Amino acid sequence: MSFLLLIEQILNGLQFGVMLFLMAAGLTLIFGVMGLINLAHGSLYMVGAFAAAAVAKLTGSFLLALVASLAAAAAAGALVELIVIRRLYGREHLDQVLATFALILIFSEGTRWLFGSFPLFLDVPEVLSGPVTLPGGIEYPLYRLTLIAIGLAVAVGLFLLISRTRIGIRIRAGENDREMIAALGVDISRLYTLIFALGAALAGFSGALVGAIQSVQVGMGEPVLILAFVVIVIGGIGSIKGALVGAILVGLTDTLGRFLLPALFSNFMDASDAMTVGSALASMSIYILMAGVLLFKPTGLFGAKQA
Amino acid sequence: MKLRSMLMIAAASAVAISIPMQATADEGTLKVGMITTLSGGGAGLGIDVRDGFMLAVKMADNNNLEVVIEDDQRKPDVAVQLADRMIQSDKVDVLTGIIWSNLAMAVVPSATAQGKFYLSPNAGPSALAGKGCHENYFNVAWQNDNLHEAAGAYSNDAGYKKAFILAPNYPAGHDALTGFKRYYKGEIAGELFTKLGQKDYASEIAQIRASDADSVFFFLPGGMGISFLKQYSGSGVDLPVVGPAFSFDQGILQAVGEAAMGIKNTSQWNKDIDNPANEAFVAAFVAEYDRLPSLYASQGYDTANLLFSAMAAADVNDADAFREALEAANFDSVRGDFSFTTNHHPVQNIYVREVIKEGDVYTNKIIATGLTNHGNAYISECSM
Repeated sequence: MSFLLLIEQILNGLQFGVMLFLMAAGLTLIFGVMGLINLAHGSLYMVGAFAAAAVAKLTGSFLLALVASLAAAAAAGALVELIVIRRLYGREHLDQVLATFALILIFSEGTRWLFGSFPLFLDVPEVLSGPVTLPGGIEYPLYRLTLIAIGLAVAVGLFLLISRTRIGIRIRAGENDREMIAALGVDISRLYTLIFALGAALAGFSGALVGAIQSVQVGMGEPVLILAFVVIVIGGIGSIKGALVGAILVGLTDTLGRFLLPALFSNFMDASDAMTVGSALASMSIYILMAGVLLFKPTGLFGAKQA
Repeated sequence: MKLRSMLMIAAASAVAISIPMQATADEGTLKVGMITTLSGGGAGLGIDVRDGFMLAVKMADNNNLEVVIEDDQRKPDVAVQLADRMIQSDKVDVLTGIIWSNLAMAVVPSATAQGKFYLSPNAGPSALAGKGCHENYFNVAWQNDNLHEAAGAYSNDAGYKKAFILAPNYPAGHDALTGFKRYYKGEIAGELFTKLGQKDYASEIAQIRASDADSVFFFLPGGMGISFLKQYSGSGVDLPVVGPAFSFDQGILQAVGEAAMGIKNTSQWNKDIDNPANEAFVAAFVAEYDRLPSLYASQGYDTANLLFSAMAAADVNDADAFREALEAANFDSVRGDFSFTTNHHPVQNIYVREVIKEGDVYTNKIIATGLTNHGNAYISECSM
């Protein structure tokens, strides 16, 4: 029984990890290619979830809702890039942080203005609801399995996009040498808008997928944003592979920490103290992991060598 | 330059003259400062309290009451600044509005120490009911433990013998599990503290599944509760769930949807409590705001009406008389009979409700009374 519980927890950690990856992939691309710290990435996650909830309510179709989340977040991302972000590339990180923090406030209050202060309803589609029995007798929610599959599929797709396509070559080139690729005649500003919209679409997509099992409300993006930053720091900034490994590491550490630490402490403490200490330590575990990684690899697991 | 300084002196003296004049003009009127959460994740609760309060103000049509409303953004430091400003420059007589216990702990002790009245429409931390009680602090909603105590009592009645209990790891979460265990007589199959603001409960649900529990009690207010319920219903675990009304209020039920149907929860108020005051409140609220009221709205509404009853009986400048008028609680509560304990918290019934669907709207129906004329556990600790 305990072994099955452990397997189930590992699946939970994996599912949490791949959803984090969708957020972190966009963040790391934007940081890696454009050198921009985008705090408003969490707002794009929220935009995706709200668009999905609105379309699901209107049409009743979860598939259309997912399409809407991609479209709305990509559009919001492209718009923000054209109007605000474009002016920030040459600026210091502090200016970027200030401007994108302002965007968080604008997105939050704008969403409240449009949708009101009460959480919206977005549910798992009928075909994916309920549990399935896995080999070994584990009962596991079908929707979470689907999330793992979608997350891994997106990871493979992104990997192919970056390594095999023309656009991927340009993205990699942009990461290495901005001036040179512009000198070679690539429309760099169009490339930036495209990357920003791609990152935004991934964030919005994960907002919609996760919103179906969590709550769709104003401010839902910021806690995830913090975790996504932890992921890209662990994985190495700019590296998609790093984002994937980092996200799964963070997902597993967080989920297993919450489950195992209180149990560990209960071996030599009384139950309620063990619970308190264990929970407190578990909520720190991913930051301890980050500190540990940085101690040995200051640029993250797959980060570029310091220039 | 000379003209400018003369103008400034003139302006300064005009201000100096106007201050005593204003004080005399204020005779007989009362100024309320409402600090509540109107933006950010917890805004739904503050908006409901404000709307309930302002509905009562509108219905009373009392020109002697002035209300200043500010948003605390759910941040203790902002709430403290607002309270200081309201006391020092707005010169309010009464403060109210705070939703969250940690904000109440930051504001209430200093406000009451400065001789202001504080009427709480929501937060009721045990510290302010017990050793930290104050003659100018009144809670119109409940003491934090109350609804959880009723959930414990209900679990006994329902015959649950092994409960799995969980709450967020912060003071109100600890109060919740303490309150539940104070009345629950069965065994505890498992006890978990989750991270405050946590959205994914897969790990906790897996542990519930692996335990030999026969029921689940949870306190996860707001968005945390929405996430938990949706994930729980999709997990295939089908143990009965009990919780306080905070995860089943009118504002969030629509976001939980089908997953909440049939769940039993405990509350001091519901829209079907049968008395004229409640009927009038529900009808007026729906007419004014075009949505059903939540328990938070009912608490805001009662807070305003308590204030009006005290204003009718005494002047706020006579603090002792005003306090006595508040203690009398001579108003028609939407909860029916209402009185204060010696530590200024309500004596009231706590009901057991069930989530039902009326047309397209998810709402609650009272199915039993959990605790009758219930006070709180901290009366003896309060020396007042």
